[in-house]
Amino acid sequence: MIFGLSIAFWITALFTVAGALAAALLKNLVHCALSLTVTFAGLAILFLQLDAQFAGFAQMLVYIGAVAILVVFAILLTRGAGAPEYRIYTSSWLAGIAIAAAVFALLAWSVITSLPAGAGSAAPDVTVLSIGQALMSTYVLPLEIVAVVLTVALIGAVIVAMHDKGDAKTHEQKGGAQ
Amino acid sequence: MNFQALTLPEKLDQLFVFVQHWIMGFFPAHWQPLVGALVGVVGIVASFPAIFALTTVLERKGLGRMQNRLGPNRVGPLGIFQPVADGIKSLTKEDIVPVSADGVVHFLAPVVLVVAIFLGYASLPIGRNMVLVNIDAGLLFFFAVGASTELSIFMAGWSSRNKYSLLGAMRAVAQMISYEVPLLMSAIVAVMMTGSLSTVKIVEAQSGFTGIFPHWYVFTPWGFAGFVLFVIAALAETNRTPFDLPEGESELVAGYFTEYSGFKFALFFLGEYLGMMSIAGFGITLFLGGWGAPFSFLNFIPSWAWFFLKLLAALCFFIWLRGTLPRLRQDQLMNFAWKFMLPMTLLNLMVAAAWRFLGDSATGAWLRWVLCAGVLLLAYVGLGRVLMRKQRLGARSYRYAE
Repeated sequence: MIFGLSIAFWITALFTVAGALAAALLKNLVHCALSLTVTFAGLAILFLQLDAQFAGFAQMLVYIGAVAILVVFAILLTRGAGAPEYRIYTSSWLAGIAIAAAVFALLAWSVITSLPAGAGSAAPDVTVLSIGQALMSTYVLPLEIVAVVLTVALIGAVIVAMHDKGDAKTHEQKGGAQ
Repeated sequence: MNFQALTLPEKLDQLFVFVQHWIMGFFPAHWQPLVGALVGVVGIVASFPAIFALTTVLERKGLGRMQNRLGPNRVGPLGIFQPVADGIKSLTKEDIVPVSADGVVHFLAPVVLVVAIFLGYASLPIGRNMVLVNIDAGLLFFFAVGASTELSIFMAGWSSRNKYSLLGAMRAVAQMISYEVPLLMSAIVAVMMTGSLSTVKIVEAQSGFTGIFPHWYVFTPWGFAGFVLFVIAALAETNRTPFDLPEGESELVAGYFTEYSGFKFALFFLGEYLGMMSIAGFGITLFLGGWGAPFSFLNFIPSWAWFFLKLLAALCFFIWLRGTLPRLRQDQLMNFAWKFMLPMTLLNLMVAAAWRFLGDSATGAWLRWVLCAGVLLLAYVGLGRVLMRKQRLGARSYRYAE
């Protein structure tokens, strides 16, 4: 116990923060994406330490399993993964730091003020079962709407990616003319 | 529980649990949970790689038989010490890292892969009272951890700075993401029927017997369909034949681990087989009754023995498939995932829900059997017909070099 927090928490926190810093400071974009994954994993472990199993596993499944892969693919498919030739720090870093500090202050303020008056009150017992039941009964309409939105996004992505045969031909002819 | 009060079969059944408690007894109460967990971890880390060693011999000998050759037969009687020779070879071989490779990521990739796969074993029930961590969301944990293996494969392919490695990694990631959807969806039917994500509860829900026959989920229409879909998705997820495109030797040298040698290569090999075993273990847990005996009169055999027997049977099935099926093409792979597997798993969810609400009264039991099996069969035949019609398959033509 250090400052009332367990050693496991300190180790995870260290990894999480180090990963986030590396993601911001490293030069190679793929390295940045991979160190961001370390942060995702650290956050998942922090959730698990707070006994929030569903949030922790969803964090792993969605962020490490899907978002990280998506980021990496996006980097590889767009501009190559070599080290950039230009400087990675923009000239407006001072404004960036100010905005980041302001956002952090706002978040910290809202977290601190939202703490319950009786800080010692027992934590609610939220199991995966109760989350599932809430999603399937009270919050079934939001869940369905989210599902429809995601399906629409999926179909939209397929339509964007699908190439028309006629379209491709005209494209080729243009290329040939040039 | 008192060890002396149990009958002999019960003693054998709980043997490893008592060994764990016996070791824990040597430590002060404060340390006992940690020591208990450590003993469990050592057990898993020791036993599954041992099965891996056994499987390599089995696979090489089995494939040899199927291909009408002998297989390894030089090291020890009948070649059974081949894994020892392989192990010594991979430990003493030079570890070659390409000059242009990304050193740190190249080193981390196999480590991350093996660690992530080992983590998946934590919620696998190996026997009665034999699960490392019995958490509410055990199944979710396995899938969450399994999702991170994709990233390590990408790391291996990208850091090698080799076009074949990168192509293999891209193929692997695309394939694993595509088949993860049907894998999860086919597993969900078992969760729906049990009403819990806990692997222990899923096994317990299948532990009853009617006459001498067990209540395994595979003996129901939705369970059978779910099991078949799960096995197909599991084969794709572990990059086994016929889904071994990521390391297609004939076109990509060895796919994402082309640039790995020595013990790092051995780690990839180990990771592949451990992944195969863990996914087979979860298939057994979900549909084949976990550690339950297949007939009620065989209950005297310890539960862990049943689990490992089923696991060996599953591994033999995988080896058999490898010796039988040719490799798919990339477009066939993707079409199969999105046009066949996904609709079938979605339909299977509906069928499982219908099964659940038709009830098991005398008439309902017959009705739901006929209805559920009929719907699944019709969908299978119909979907197959429609998809095959688009293939325009003609007679196979052979061309020979002259």
